[in-house]
Amino acid sequence: MSEHIVSPRVYIVIFLTLMAGTAATVWAAYQNFGQFNIVIALAIATFKATLVVLYFMHARYSPKRTQLVIVCSVFWLAIMLALTLSDYNTRTPRDSRLAPSAISHLFRV
Amino acid sequence: MHRTGELYGHFETLEQQKDTATLGMWIFLVTEVLFFGGLFLTYTINRHAFSTAFGVGSNTLDLTLGGGNTVVLIMSSLTMAMAVWSAQVGKKQWVSIFLIATLALGTIFLGVKIVEYKQKFDHHLVPGRSFDVRYRSEHPTASDNPKEIAAEKEELEKAFAKDPDINAHAQLYFSLYFGMTGLHALHMIVGAGLLLWLIKGSFAGRFTPQYNTPVEVVGLYWHFVDIVWIYLFPLLYLIDRHQ
Repeated sequence: MSEHIVSPRVYIVIFLTLMAGTAATVWAAYQNFGQFNIVIALAIATFKATLVVLYFMHARYSPKRTQLVIVCSVFWLAIMLALTLSDYNTRTPRDSRLAPSAISHLFRV
Repeated sequence: MHRTGELYGHFETLEQQKDTATLGMWIFLVTEVLFFGGLFLTYTINRHAFSTAFGVGSNTLDLTLGGGNTVVLIMSSLTMAMAVWSAQVGKKQWVSIFLIATLALGTIFLGVKIVEYKQKFDHHLVPGRSFDVRYRSEHPTASDNPKEIAAEKEELEKAFAKDPDINAHAQLYFSLYFGMTGLHALHMIVGAGLLLWLIKGSFAGRFTPQYNTPVEVVGLYWHFVDIVWIYLFPLLYLIDRHQ
């Protein structure tokens, strides 16, 4: 098994795509898509990050166990984001027990 | 430790050694993903709670400098990737050239960051006692465009009407701005140190088609730092540009 050498042509195509992505991000930020501005910005950023991981970081040509580690990092990140945000989104200000006034109340036994 | 050339005694082949080093770097990067992930999470929650203040804070950033820096950093990723390729195909001289180019681009990025930070100090936009989100619009300098200042005044008036406590909430934005870009810059400085070490090795002709693990592994780190910026740029600089 010999290592895979990514050719400079592939690197340059990826680089140009990343540049186009950056231009698209700036362009999209000046349009009013309402709630979707942030969704579009994150979608483009994730697309760019995926290209960097697959080609610049050679993930596409890495051994399976390395790819498993990469997928795990995304999975753990998703757990952290999903659980924390679902907690914040389901609290009303009334029961946010970590508010400073609520903490002082807890200590007043 | 027993070592034959670049091969350490506990590995069978250089390829196995490289796979192991790469895996180790990736496992470190997983912890980095979660580290920066926590910061992005904090950002998300606060931006959701104080969207007006975050929009005002974001619009004070210089898009030319931030966008230019994005281009510079992506270019440095390209030169880093090319340094790996040069080592793999045995172009020893080009390894040095591409590594030096990567270091130069990284240094430009950090220099621009210093200019941006200085602006924020000048405009009283560093969290603390003298923080004043209105400072720039009330104390314009001769070099400021009067139209821009008038637009900023109008924007701030509207923002204060929506969120009277905006001066406090904008400090949350700038705390995250300095915290996140500062930690990103710290990673760049570490990366620059690693590049210096690689450049020294490349001058000694250490990296060959058979052995280029250090270039590959430092490259992984460098590209990761690039990815963090790919997210930081739209999230910090482009919140409310269309308004």
